[in-house]
Amino acid sequence: MGCGRVGATLAAELSNEGNSVLVLDTDPSAFRFLPEDFAGQTFVGNGLDMDVLERIGLREADAFVSATRGDNRNVMAAQMAKHVFGVKVVASRVFDPLREEMYRNMGLRTINPTRVQAKRLKKVVEAPSDEAANDIVAEFMRQEGG
Amino acid sequence: MSKAPRMYIIIVGGGKVGFHLAKELVEASYEVLVIEQDPVQARAVADDLGDIVLEGDGCEASVHEKAGTRRANMLLAVTGDDEDNLVACQVAKQLFNVERTVARINNPKNEAFFRRLDEVDITVSATSAIMAHIEQGLPTTHHLIQLLELKGSGLELVEVRIPEESRVVGQSIKGILLPYQSMICLVVGPDGQPKVPAPDTVIYADDEVIAVTLHESEEQLREALMAPPPVRSF
Repeated sequence: MGCGRVGATLAAELSNEGNSVLVLDTDPSAFRFLPEDFAGQTFVGNGLDMDVLERIGLREADAFVSATRGDNRNVMAAQMAKHVFGVKVVASRVFDPLREEMYRNMGLRTINPTRVQAKRLKKVVEAPSDEAANDIVAEFMRQEGG
Repeated sequence: MSKAPRMYIIIVGGGKVGFHLAKELVEASYEVLVIEQDPVQARAVADDLGDIVLEGDGCEASVHEKAGTRRANMLLAVTGDDEDNLVACQVAKQLFNVERTVARINNPKNEAFFRRLDEVDITVSATSAIMAHIEQGLPTTHHLIQLLELKGSGLELVEVRIPEESRVVGQSIKGILLPYQSMICLVVGPDGQPKVPAPDTVIYADDEVIAVTLHESEEQLREALMAPPPVRSF
């Protein structure tokens, strides 16, 4: 749910690994972030609408990811997926560190990109030279296997 | 003479619902704080009701620190977005131990889901309320109307109007076989006279029967009270 840069990149990667992937977004123009050879499905609709979640067959899904720009939308959709549709694996991006920690404690899989990115940006800006900074970024990419 | 401490009530959302709630609560001498994100809206509420508005995001912990949510007795989340109302209740309960939370439901399909969550004590949906009135207003509804859900027990209070062809017409209550954990609590005759049911109370057509039942037994209860007598075959 949420076909921004992160959502689209994740969808493409999971699809390339042979998973059957459906990407949901309220804005059809968001699907431009997907690669042209994307093998999965796209669906225009609101992931907070139970009827939409029913229609895309969420009940049969093995995993649900919410990665819109809205923290509240992400955690509400995740809780619907988990508690109403019985999806086993549910992961969400939550920008607010306090809310992220709270929902993690409540049993959702959450990630807070803010803290991670701030730490990384700090390392990059503190690097002694541009070359050193680029090396640090390359090292980040290598750690992620990207 | 000791006076009960004044209840402190926080309202998240200063739109129409939040504004009128705040106004009523202030008039009833409660201590009230409205949290509203939009500066224009926040100002509008403050112009009318005075210094009881905090401009900020009612889903953010730092805002609740400022609001003193820890000592609040109740939080009413009444914005126009269900996701914001849900998160406001969850933050209030999980991080600030607010005793009681109320969530406004905009999309009625979210109501059952919200009720299932520990952090939402009460849900209020204008759409569901109006629908219930429409259903109750119909002359002969051939179904059972849910009046109230008793949270935690899985029990609910329902209303049934006994149709003429029902198998229970003319029967006394002790002869009616009800599903597990179901009970007839009140019988109201067509004349509007309420009767507390005794084993010998006879059920007539057009009686309103108020019963308690398990949610999953609803259909069986409907069958027991409304279905025509079984056809005998020899």
